[in-house]
Amino acid sequence: MSSVLQLLLEGEHLNTAQMAQVLGLSESEIEAELKRLKAEEVFLGWRPVLNPDRAQENVVRAVIEVKISPERDGGFDRLATRIARFDAVESCFLMSGAYDLLVFASGKDLREVASFVSERLSTVDGVLSTATHFMLRAYKEQGYLLLSPSEREDKPAVSP
Amino acid sequence: MSDYSQHFVADHVKGLPRSGIRDFFSIVAAMPQAISLGIGEPDFVTPWHIREAAIFALEKGKTSYTDNLGLIRLRREISTYVENNFGISYQPETDVLVAVGVSEALDIALRAVLNPGDKVLYHEPCYVSYSPSIVLAHAQPIAVGTSAEDQFGIDPARVEAAWEPGCKVLMLNFPTNPTGGVTERAKLERLAKFAIEKDLLVISDEIYSELTFEGEHTSIASLPGMQERTIFLHGFSKAFAMTGFRIGYACGPKPLIEAMMKVHQYSMLCAPILSQEAAIEALKNGAPAVAKMKEQYHRRRDLIVRRFNEAGLDCHSPKGSFYAFPSIQSTGLDSLSFCKGLLDQEEVAVVPGTAFGPSGAGFARASFSTSYERIIEATDRIERYVDKLSKNA
Repeated sequence: MSSVLQLLLEGEHLNTAQMAQVLGLSESEIEAELKRLKAEEVFLGWRPVLNPDRAQENVVRAVIEVKISPERDGGFDRLATRIARFDAVESCFLMSGAYDLLVFASGKDLREVASFVSERLSTVDGVLSTATHFMLRAYKEQGYLLLSPSEREDKPAVSP
Repeated sequence: MSDYSQHFVADHVKGLPRSGIRDFFSIVAAMPQAISLGIGEPDFVTPWHIREAAIFALEKGKTSYTDNLGLIRLRREISTYVENNFGISYQPETDVLVAVGVSEALDIALRAVLNPGDKVLYHEPCYVSYSPSIVLAHAQPIAVGTSAEDQFGIDPARVEAAWEPGCKVLMLNFPTNPTGGVTERAKLERLAKFAIEKDLLVISDEIYSELTFEGEHTSIASLPGMQERTIFLHGFSKAFAMTGFRIGYACGPKPLIEAMMKVHQYSMLCAPILSQEAAIEALKNGAPAVAKMKEQYHRRRDLIVRRFNEAGLDCHSPKGSFYAFPSIQSTGLDSLSFCKGLLDQEEVAVVPGTAFGPSGAGFARASFSTSYERIIEATDRIERYVDKLSKNA
């Protein structure tokens, strides 16, 4: 794995100048490496990670279990991609087990997500059934723990 | 009322200095805005699976004493871990003692083997407790200096030259706090030969061994003829980020562990059971978390060492630990003045090398157990400070 990618995965937010410092490279080398990772579609892009309770008051998120019928040529891929293209879909995965696709969807309210499921998703030819679970509260988002101030770890500034 | 220090405090305690780190950090504590590179512990919190195991143990009502030597389940895990990682095999029933951190293990080892007046060889700069622990055991510390030219590894010739009649113990700590020095196998072999020739007992503190960045860590206890004359000390504080659990252990020949057990039994009784339960989880499942932390320390080390050298402070690349030990001699200041000035003018805290013994003069200890961002900011400020000093010179 490239050292730039390793550093990104550590999760400490650094700009390219800081990354250059940490790795002992020039900023242009870091930028070239990021460009390469993007070109090879290893690194897909930047997204802010928000605390849904604070930043996204008007967002409703749901996890939808979807059963679909596989096709002779291409299995689940064509249908899965078709579903994944909807703007309401944040992520879409093929799963083993009781259903086929796990779809993370969002909308500005319950009605919007519900209408996506009933009018868009379940009417796609080949979709056999859906089961929608609305998210109630987030405790961890993309690796970030969402803790109240009293739950945060606090270290005394002591050295022996 | 009598003058306390005159009448009540024991003479050998009266003469002990307070920890230089503590003294310096009582100043730092009053400056919360300062960037501290002074902390001698991981900035990581103990991995959650280990904390969770301690919570589970508490829920199950594990609140009792344990065997004086520690839970046999833990001693078995320790024995396996030491065998797999250091190639030394110890009997969990008789050769392993669980202590309240390596600090306690070191203390009871010294108290168990030293008679008043015995002499102990140790290398310096070293962790602040070494010399005082020897004095508290009524023995005489004999420091052997290490130097930047050897990257603070020990020079066996200097140990041999420092030896004098009455020397009973040789204390080693590699990788070393505060220098990050390590000692390669060939030198350890020569030291082992010398220990056998002079009939010395070796006490080896291996607390930073997992944080060895280059080369393979070798314990002197694993060398031929050495297991029978070495007390091997290790613990969980650094690699597993478990400082507050206060848990460590000693492995050694049965009669020495038995002697240490007596001192431990009458002073500490046993290590806290919750920490012992957490330690079992650490040894069973902690390796991936240790590897991840080590990787970050490694990158931080490369960053801080490069920045110190760019800033005009000669700094060797420590092969282990999470401390850099740059020379501040180019500034013309002594360690304490350099550190005080840096704190005053740029609000960055590093520890004067002299806190680790007189041979630390001309150096400072900077812990890189902190975020990249803080290391970058702190070293930028240090560079500015060094520039100012050279312009004023």
